[in-house]
Amino acid sequence: MPQLDFGNPLMIAQIVWLLIIFGVLYYVLATYALPRVEAVLEDRRRRIEGDLEAAQAAKAEADAAIAAHHAATSKARAEAQAAIAAAMQSAQLEAAQRSEALAARLAEQINAAEARIATARDSAMGALRQVSTDTTEALLQRLTGQSEQAAVGPAVDRALAARGLG
Amino acid sequence: MAAESGSIDALSQFQLTPVFGPIGAAVGFSQSNAHMLLAAGLITALIMFGMAARAVVPGRLQSLAEASYEFVYGIVDSQVGHGGKRFFPFVFTLFMFVLFGNMLGLFPYAFTYTSHLAVTFGLALIVFVVITAVALALHGRKFFGYFFPEGAPLWLAPIIVPVEVVSYLSRPVSLSVRLFANMVAGHVLLKVFATFVVMLGALGAVGPFVATLPLAVNVLLIGFEILVAFLQAYVFAILTSIYLHDAVHLH
Repeated sequence: MPQLDFGNPLMIAQIVWLLIIFGVLYYVLATYALPRVEAVLEDRRRRIEGDLEAAQAAKAEADAAIAAHHAATSKARAEAQAAIAAAMQSAQLEAAQRSEALAARLAEQINAAEARIATARDSAMGALRQVSTDTTEALLQRLTGQSEQAAVGPAVDRALAARGLG
Repeated sequence: MAAESGSIDALSQFQLTPVFGPIGAAVGFSQSNAHMLLAAGLITALIMFGMAARAVVPGRLQSLAEASYEFVYGIVDSQVGHGGKRFFPFVFTLFMFVLFGNMLGLFPYAFTYTSHLAVTFGLALIVFVVITAVALALHGRKFFGYFFPEGAPLWLAPIIVPVEVVSYLSRPVSLSVRLFANMVAGHVLLKVFATFVVMLGALGAVGPFVATLPLAVNVLLIGFEILVAFLQAYVFAILTSIYLHDAVHLH
């Protein structure tokens, strides 16, 4: 096995060159190459973080706007409802007042009409006695040929009283 | 050629040969070291060219560079925990060096430097030196309390201390032998089945048809070896991170 041929002078030279090459590679990577990668990765990480933060801020702003919008909407709705309720109440009040006034006027008219009816009836009743008396006298005149004015008046009165019209 | 001589020679692929002419031979620069240099160059190029654009939305190469960075960073962060960040370049270098060594070795004519025990042991020894130095620097003399857990009865010390010392010293051995054995086994298998393809292919009229069987095995093996190449680099990095956790936190 050539790997175990430690008498070969190339073997020790191989190790010396290994140490040199590995050392130089380590130096180059640690000093120049890897910091470069780290800088790029760090830059990307920072940029992504910044973008995420901006997105977060925008989202918070949008949330606040939505909340404000909701508050304004609910406030407007409450105001509208209050206005509607007030209008309804005033309308009802007005209607009640109007109907009350109407009822009062009607009652007044009814009363006046009733009073008019009563006077008309009274006058009609008064005229009834006169008509009855004249009619009775005329009838008596035709039938008997004599006038009994003194007796006719009380008799008509009695008859009217008996019918409840006197 | 192995097939021409009628025998299977699976081990000559691990033979070190000097490259770059007489200068390479003079400084003992083998093809193994050339592949190390290639891997180091590819790793550096991946990161440097990949991150050249410094784009916020990465392209393909930058995605690859960032993915490798974040993968190893995830290992170090989850295993070492608090105070692990300063060891990240070390673990990253180890992981990429082993991964590229394993992966480059799967290319035809390429050499797998992680299939040399000396190389893997060298890497494991670097890890061992680093974790011991870190533990000594952070905890001073208290580091030696690591070999005798607090609260254990004192009369057990003659048993516990040697066991703990041996287990600590065996870390580089297990770390290196695991990687070395995995890579050697994979490459020997590939070579053996590849030799079968050539040998069976020479068996007259039916030969080419029979030879497709070991060829199919090799296709599957290559897929398996890619998995192993990645897995062994991952294991190397994660064990290093666990050792670093022990060094930083002492249990």
